[in-house]
Amino acid sequence: MSVIVIAGGLSHERDVSLRSGRRVAQALRDTGLAVLEADVTGELVSLLRSTPDPVVVPMLHGGLGEDGALREVLGVLGVPFVGASGAASRVTFDKSIATSVLAAEGLATPRQIALPHDIFRELGAPALMEAIGSQLGYPLIVKPSRSGSALGVTVVNDPSALPSALVAAYAYGPVAVIEAYLAGVEIAVTVIDEGSGPVALPAVEIRPESGVYDYESRYTAGATRFVTPAELSDDVLESASELAVAAHRGLGLRDISRIDMIVDNGRPVFFEANVAPGMTETSLAPLAIEAAGRDLGEVMARLVTVAAER
Amino acid sequence: MTDHERFDTRLDRFVDSYSQRTKGMRVSAVRALFAVANRPEIVSLAGGMPNIKDLPLKGIAASIATMIETNGVQVMQYGSGQGELPLREQILDVMALEGISAHPDDIVITAGSQQGLDLVTRIFCDPGDVVLAESPSYVGALGTFLSYQTQVVHVPSDADGIDPEALRDTVRRLRAEGRKVKFLYTIPNYSNPSGVTQPVQRRLDVLATCEEEGVLVVEDNPYGLLSLDGDPQPAMRSFDPNVIYLGSFSKTFAPGFRTGWVLAPHAVREKLVLAQESATLCPPVFSQFAISNYLSTQDWRGQITVFKDMYRERRDAMLSALAEHMPEGSTWTHPAGGFFVWVTLPEGIDSQAMLPRGVDARVAFVPGPAFFADGGGARNVRLSYCFPTADRIRTGVERFAKVISGELEVMNTFGVHVSPTHLRRAPGPGPDLS
Repeated sequence: MSVIVIAGGLSHERDVSLRSGRRVAQALRDTGLAVLEADVTGELVSLLRSTPDPVVVPMLHGGLGEDGALREVLGVLGVPFVGASGAASRVTFDKSIATSVLAAEGLATPRQIALPHDIFRELGAPALMEAIGSQLGYPLIVKPSRSGSALGVTVVNDPSALPSALVAAYAYGPVAVIEAYLAGVEIAVTVIDEGSGPVALPAVEIRPESGVYDYESRYTAGATRFVTPAELSDDVLESASELAVAAHRGLGLRDISRIDMIVDNGRPVFFEANVAPGMTETSLAPLAIEAAGRDLGEVMARLVTVAAER
Repeated sequence: MTDHERFDTRLDRFVDSYSQRTKGMRVSAVRALFAVANRPEIVSLAGGMPNIKDLPLKGIAASIATMIETNGVQVMQYGSGQGELPLREQILDVMALEGISAHPDDIVITAGSQQGLDLVTRIFCDPGDVVLAESPSYVGALGTFLSYQTQVVHVPSDADGIDPEALRDTVRRLRAEGRKVKFLYTIPNYSNPSGVTQPVQRRLDVLATCEEEGVLVVEDNPYGLLSLDGDPQPAMRSFDPNVIYLGSFSKTFAPGFRTGWVLAPHAVREKLVLAQESATLCPPVFSQFAISNYLSTQDWRGQITVFKDMYRERRDAMLSALAEHMPEGSTWTHPAGGFFVWVTLPEGIDSQAMLPRGVDARVAFVPGPAFFADGGGARNVRLSYCFPTADRIRTGVERFAKVISGELEVMNTFGVHVSPTHLRRAPGPGPDLS
């Protein structure tokens, strides 16, 4: 078996992906596995075909990595890989679709509206923005429907700031999600399935120094305090674990995912799922794995085995 | 649910030990977007890497091999803190091309002119002191000044560079506020990022103003010999021996040697040597001998002409592509040398906010706020023509123009006519990005 960690790509999150890839590759090597690191280039298919018994660990964030495209290709090539299928990734990567799917399953989700730029142009932006503001109320969160690492995300406190927030979100893609802002404790729950069903790891509570868990706070070591398990009551932590596993199942995910949520008045509310959770030195999933008393390399190696045997 | 021990971490055990000067050293989403810039699918108009593929590599390799065979023990040994004398003597020949007359004792060799800038700032500036700079100014210099906890104040500048009257007013205003103005930092030739060149009379006026107001001038001149439309301009230092002059081989030879120099008045030079010794013991000896060897064995003047011919073709390709593709309301500079064109976008566009569109369109550029310490430059972009071929430049500019059009369309939809993002300095790409 040859493990190939794919990282990089041409998305807005290339830098984060490269960091995740490096860390996972090293962690797997530390368990004794032979690991290749590859970028998404014209040579990738040849590499996959020429490598004996390949198993891929996709560490691509954003774009082709998380939208399912690369995973579909791996499926076509018959190459086993760690993580969700192409179809499930496609659903999950789009925040508006994922939220709709889980809302339909009865899970707690925020009220949101997802709209392409074109509809604002066709119907007239002022009236539409006013209607949205009336419907959802302020503050709001505006974000690209298909992006990660909080890129293009803005908290909007009043109507005057909504146009600029939408312009910022549309810089990252053609559809923006406008969501009711939930004030509360932000937590992330990593879910792993080592072959006997999805299990929630301890919830990581996120306390950014700046008050906002934006790109800087995510990737500057020292800029955010992480508490694992989150300082919440046992009941709330149990609810968060249940929500995470339910979201993982509801979206058809497998092997590993990270479910982000806000605890709003003691009630965890889903707001995002990640099929390729960040694995950088400041990422949440490795913290959860460590807090569970596990080793990142050991867990990833186990998931590689699960994928190979699938 | 308390089976597990509670982990409480900020993921940096030394987080409370860092100095104040690291406060601004944070990860940046803008900088991360440049991570794609070195992929071949991207036309990078972002970086300032010189194109050195036309260097006579075989000749250089042979002469360096000979250098090692005949003098390896010296060229790989520690050297003088001031730098090796043979190279300092040869640098006089380089500077003579821009009218500078000096003595080799007045030169301190540095690890690139960037280190020269660091040493100058180190010996002159205390936290809170003011450094004056053009508007816009070199991103690497701003980083140095800010790392020494100075305040950078931009002096209004026009198509001929720094406005002397505005300079005078700025100095007087700051002093009236009790601020210490330590020096004026300027790139008079084909400035990075603006591409602007100060005419001789403007240089004289700026020098006169600084003389009257008692302000030291630091002249940074990495591009001076890369004049594309005529002879090099005389350096400011050629008019005034009190100017501190920063020179570099990075653009006229190769940046990998990391070799530059500072030409400074005697008293300043003495302190620079001591500062250099405390920083590095001595500047890289091997690089100094390699460059000295290049200057003595290769036709370095002819090589500069080769570089100029190449950059001229690329500059012209960029200017013609801009004229063909840019949307109404855009303007740009017409550099007479160097590497860069400074674009002013249609009103209201935020160059930083549209950077993600550039990634999607497979073109990289540097948003203007990287070149201001005060949040300015939102409407500006620096485009470089030094590294991509002329064809790639044309493709890149066409893509860039479409990025602007896409941003304009969204802005018009939402009636956004002011810059939507930050009033803070944003970083540029790293030096290795093409």
